[in-house]
Amino acid sequence: MNPDYSGLFAALLPETALVLGALVVLGLDLSAFRRRNPGERLQLALGVATLAVLAAGVSVWFGPAGPVFGGVLILDPLAVATRLGVLVLTLLTLGVAPGGTAPRHPAEYVAVMLFAATGLMLMAAAQQLLLVFLALELASLSLYVIAGFDHTRPESAEAALKYFLFGGMAAAFLLFGFSLIYGVTGSIELPRIAAQIALQGADPLLLVALVMVLVAFGFKVAAAPFHLWAPDVYQGAPASSAALIASASKLAGFTLFTRLLWPGFRAAAGSVASLTAAPGWLPVVAVISASSLLLGNFAALAQSNLRRLLAYSAIAHAGALLLGVMAFGRAGPAPLFYYASTYGLATVGAFGVITAMESVGRCEYIADLAGLHRRSPLLAACLAVFILSLAGIPPLAGFFGKFAVFSAALQLGGVAAPAGWLTILAIALSTVALYYYLIVLKQALVAAPAADARPIKVPRVAALTLVAAAVLIVWFGLFPSQLLGLF
Amino acid sequence: MSSVPLLSLIIFVPWTGALLLASLPRLGAPACRALALAFSLSTIVLAMACLGSFESASTGYQLVERHDWIGALNVHYHLGLDGLSLLLVLLTGLLSPASLLASWRHVGDPRFFGLLFLLLQGAALGVFLALDFFHWFIFWELSLIPAYFLIKLWGGPGAARAAYQFVIYTIGGSAFLLLGFVAIFAATGTLDFVQLASLGADGTLGAKLAVLGSFWPQAVFLGVFLGFAVKVPLFPFHTWLPPAYAEAPIGVSMFLTGVMSKMGVYGFLRLLWPLFPGPLHAAAVPLLWLALGGAVLGAFAAMRQTDLKRMIAYSSVNHVSYCLLALFAVSAATGRSGLTSEAAAAALSGTLLQMFNHGLSAGALFYCAGVLEARAGGRRGLGDFGGVQSAAPVLAGLCGIAMFSSLGLPGLNGFIGEFLIFRGVWGLVPWAAAVACLGLFATAFFLLTFWQRVFHGPRAGAAAGEFADLAGIDLAVLCPPVALMFILGVLPQILTRLFNPLITMWANHLSLP
Amino acid sequence: MSLLPWTVYLSLAGALLALAGGLRSPGTARWMALLTAAGTWVLTLLAASRFVPGPGLQTLVDIPWIPTMGVRYHLAADGISLTLLVLTGLAATAGVLFSWNIEERTGEFFALFLTLVAGVYGVFLSADALVFFIFYEVAIVPKYFLIANWGSTNREYGAMKLALYSFAGSSMVLAGLLWAYAVGGGHGFGFADLAQAAAGLSRHQQIAIFGLVFFGFATLAGIFPLHTWAPTGHVAAPTAASMMLAGVVMKLGAYGCLRVALPLSPVGFAYWQAPIAWLAVIGIVYAGLVALMQEDLKFVIGYSSVSHMGFVLLGIAAANLQAASGAVLQMFSHGVIAGLLFAVVGRMVYDRTHTRKLADLRAMPLYRLLPFAAAVFVVAGVASMGLPGFSGFPAELTILIGAWKRDPAWAAVAAVGVLVAAAFTLRAIQLSFFGSTDKAQPPGHASTGEDALHFEPITGAEKIGALLLIGATVLIGLRPDLLLDWINPALQSPLFQAALKAGTP
Repeated sequence: MNPDYSGLFAALLPETALVLGALVVLGLDLSAFRRRNPGERLQLALGVATLAVLAAGVSVWFGPAGPVFGGVLILDPLAVATRLGVLVLTLLTLGVAPGGTAPRHPAEYVAVMLFAATGLMLMAAAQQLLLVFLALELASLSLYVIAGFDHTRPESAEAALKYFLFGGMAAAFLLFGFSLIYGVTGSIELPRIAAQIALQGADPLLLVALVMVLVAFGFKVAAAPFHLWAPDVYQGAPASSAALIASASKLAGFTLFTRLLWPGFRAAAGSVASLTAAPGWLPVVAVISASSLLLGNFAALAQSNLRRLLAYSAIAHAGALLLGVMAFGRAGPAPLFYYASTYGLATVGAFGVITAMESVGRCEYIADLAGLHRRSPLLAACLAVFILSLAGIPPLAGFFGKFAVFSAALQLGGVAAPAGWLTILAIALSTVALYYYLIVLKQALVAAPAADARPIKVPRVAALTLVAAAVLIVWFGLFPSQLLGLF
Repeated sequence: MSSVPLLSLIIFVPWTGALLLASLPRLGAPACRALALAFSLSTIVLAMACLGSFESASTGYQLVERHDWIGALNVHYHLGLDGLSLLLVLLTGLLSPASLLASWRHVGDPRFFGLLFLLLQGAALGVFLALDFFHWFIFWELSLIPAYFLIKLWGGPGAARAAYQFVIYTIGGSAFLLLGFVAIFAATGTLDFVQLASLGADGTLGAKLAVLGSFWPQAVFLGVFLGFAVKVPLFPFHTWLPPAYAEAPIGVSMFLTGVMSKMGVYGFLRLLWPLFPGPLHAAAVPLLWLALGGAVLGAFAAMRQTDLKRMIAYSSVNHVSYCLLALFAVSAATGRSGLTSEAAAAALSGTLLQMFNHGLSAGALFYCAGVLEARAGGRRGLGDFGGVQSAAPVLAGLCGIAMFSSLGLPGLNGFIGEFLIFRGVWGLVPWAAAVACLGLFATAFFLLTFWQRVFHGPRAGAAAGEFADLAGIDLAVLCPPVALMFILGVLPQILTRLFNPLITMWANHLSLP
Repeated sequence: MSLLPWTVYLSLAGALLALAGGLRSPGTARWMALLTAAGTWVLTLLAASRFVPGPGLQTLVDIPWIPTMGVRYHLAADGISLTLLVLTGLAATAGVLFSWNIEERTGEFFALFLTLVAGVYGVFLSADALVFFIFYEVAIVPKYFLIANWGSTNREYGAMKLALYSFAGSSMVLAGLLWAYAVGGGHGFGFADLAQAAAGLSRHQQIAIFGLVFFGFATLAGIFPLHTWAPTGHVAAPTAASMMLAGVVMKLGAYGCLRVALPLSPVGFAYWQAPIAWLAVIGIVYAGLVALMQEDLKFVIGYSSVSHMGFVLLGIAAANLQAASGAVLQMFSHGVIAGLLFAVVGRMVYDRTHTRKLADLRAMPLYRLLPFAAAVFVVAGVASMGLPGFSGFPAELTILIGAWKRDPAWAAVAAVGVLVAAAFTLRAIQLSFFGSTDKAQPPGHASTGEDALHFEPITGAEKIGALLLIGATVLIGLRPDLLLDWINPALQSPLFQAALKAGTP
């Protein structure tokens, strides 16, 4: 094998840009900006970071495609799209950050965000088990850090700790699973693993390994029953951190694990096309999906805390996205990617609105949203777009995401198959979801403001970002082919 | 077809008057009254014009207007006049202005009253002239709304409830009527009365209805029957009538009893009988009992009333039941051997005459009751009056004539109709005639009681004090009907020549399909 | 005809203009809204004047939208669509006129209203099941906010119930449509494609798929027993929204039943026909009886809407030419009449008297204080009763004829519903305007205490709105052939014919 370092460098140019950007941010803050106040330091750090992200974006766009460095990385359409998606979401997160209160160490915050983005981008392209683990850990550790970045609230530290503990355990599971896979198949490269599994057929050790991988998967995307970290982290982390965790991390997570499961472990997939299914990981994913849908939707009904509601709704969406994973084998990556990316847009937007509101007061409970239409019509309108997209109302992108995933899942085996039942369940539960989303919107758009509520002034950058996210959601809703046709 | 659409004019001129009244809100009270009266009189004028061009010898429809209307439902705008309709149009033309005049002084808002009344008049005329179910039903139903408001807004203390009951009963019946015609259309594809009559006569209608099930011809018959039975009203569907007639203002009572009850009888003659000769014959005996019930029990109930208006109301039930008695007797006897067409012709002529004559006499009686009530300051019990004859001789005279006409005294118009009915029924179903005589006795009894208690004897009650005699308007209202009572009593040919050929044709073509 | 898609775009543009205008002044927003609504109505009338009736949909726009999924942006119209488009324009214009007095957040109100109107136009113009579904759902969110923000009694509860029931119904539809689509191999959502796909399913599956789609749509149409959202929601809604919701949006459900569900699976329809018809007639009578018991005038109207929609559903269920054409005619007729009724109760009465309780209205002889409103309410009431001369009569007559042909028992029960309708309408008229005092006062005599009640006179906008609607119902009452000539040819299309044939044993 001839190591192709130039190819590797070209492929990793985006990551390089991000890391360099992080280092520059740290360096400038330590030297030139040391005496400014945190708000200004944050602005400057964000400025540099934005440049870095844009540079990374350009290099992804014009970068190479196909396997890199002998198959360690693969830059297929899904990977490229995911990398771009992660960058867009990171950009949006950076854009909404100024709306909130500046953290005490803004440059570190931004730098760690960039590191997280790096890890996420690597996750999207990784095709070798070691690299998968590395990328996952890089992203996760960075996310743990930024989750705990708010020194003023104990919930932030609690969130970071919980995230770390759960994440660490999931990483352990994943590593153990990978070891078993290596032991069974003798390789750490996905194409070779796939061929070996096809050759060997079912093996108890392999099944154990698969279960372990699925545990890690469930944790990463916050699917039940591995979701326990999500409500606390969404509630405790600073709003902009939560934005990144909820959006880009999910998108990259889904891409990573789908790549593991389908191109990798395809042969051990089993089937959900009929009840007498061949055993494999598909039925397990189906069960996880069902439990996520049920738990996420019904638990969200009981929430009075806005962030926890968003967390449980994220669990529910994860359940629906898992349907897209199940259908990947037949329908390709388009439905899954579309849903995950537009979901990410809406989530960044929602947390962006929360960030902006936190600059003038508490925004924790749903009731805190009361009278938003009077306090800031812009925020109210944007929130409406984001929430309605999450609810799946056409012609917003959220609807088409669900629609694409549902139709792909139904084509697996018709309504009579377990996949079909899951789809029907998901459709039925969307009515439940509409209820709690409307509750949120009712507070924002209908209820009168509290007596001591003040108008909210949103900084221009944050406002622009929110509007851009909303416009993207409407755009992709009106022209879904733009994303669906990428594959 | 004549070049001037006389029949359409008859119906729509009163409605034009109503529209004018609606669109001139600032018109003064005298002008409103005059306008309403003028448009109301238009009917008798136009009816005279029809009379001029009417050939009684031909038994078909004359002055026919027929235009395409709703192709999808095979509905045509179809109006036509035969002897029966002409008779009723003349009756309406006579009674309507009288009714308007009758309420002239008592009504505080003549514009609204006149508007509603003209709507009612036009609708009633439409019922008598329409020959396709679609617009016939429009007129039938539309008459209810002005009647409702006329009773409710200007009536007595219990008017709201009486009006509500009246409308609900009638619409209830109409719902069944509608359903019946839905079935008829579904089976035959036409709603035209002429076509349906011929289908009924040769049994095709029954056969087509029976396609869905053999009991359907009877069920549809029942539905159509109910619609008309409530309107007439036929015992036991008459319970809405006494409150409605009693609570309504005078002019409206006159119109209700004179014209609207005839709409029901018209329905029997024009629709139920020609379309369903078989089922009617099958049900004739029970129906005879119902008619007898109405005649006898109506008269006996009238006897027991102390309220003058309720008395006349029950007597209306009695008189109208005679009409139906004759019809049912003819239907019962159809198909029997030994049936003479003379008896049938007598019965049917009597029915038509009775319709006209009762309209006149009941209308006049109600008016007199109204005069008495007005003079007595709102009281109208039997015991509230005494010796009115000495106080108001003209009133007594005219009222007396009306009463005797209602009684059926020979020499007055009422006699001819009742005589012919009894003669005909005796020849067809003798026992029914015998039973019906009880009604005659009871009628005589209560009318004479009325006369005696109110007009005779020493002046008492309301008549004890000031009691003015009839004024100009009262005379204008009462004199024409009373004059007609005399004229028609002596020269009934004036009317009978209009419809004799028609009756003869009916009587000669009695057969069951 | 090609002007018709512009009704959607114009409404959306008008929504934005109204929103912007509202920032300036309420008056600007109103005029923007009125011009938009009237403009779209004129477009529909123009299209109607040049319309050549014929079987089958006449395509207006057909471009690929999501090629990977076979979805096309396909708009088309036939006589049935055109009837309902004209109704929408009329109801929208009247709705704006009757909302002239809204002062709070006027721009947002009209923006939401016009978005709703745009969604409705879109539904009636869709020829692709997914486009149909999307426009159908677009209408849901404005409904919620219109009611929750500007409504009256129990508005938040009413709004949520209405939104959730509508959404649940549309979820059922989505499930059914996706099922058919998936079975057909994911080729497309055209009505013919889906029908072809569904035809390949087993009989039980076809019954299930038809049930899903039909009852999903029928929920919005107010089929018994899934109708309970309707009275609550319509009572809670502000006047213009009630007019639009009861008048037009409920027809979306019925239209979906007719356009999407019926052609989808004739086999399924044959199975469900009798249950649907029975539910429809039960709904007619039941809702009527409940209306008879109500103490709130607006609830009477709300339940009367459910009762009238029962006739529409009966017509669709009876599935012969007469019944189906009667159903579409009744959709138009009831749309106008419901608009009139809600306009009187909401705008003319409630905005002035601030009460809708019959007990309160009874005490004030309202017909003397608001004679125009009384006259309009009487006209609307008798039209609602199905009195001949107004549009309800030919519609109900045709439906009864069609129903009788299929099963006389249905027609008999429905006729009882006519009687019940007369009873509750008359009661409502009597108690609300013509106060049932036993001591009836002849008009023109003032009674004590009455002078204290002075209401602002009926505005010009209200008069114009009322006259437009009354004119429509009288015109169609006397000349139903104007609409029947459009509707009947449209029912000759192959898709409908297959369904109608399945419905006739």
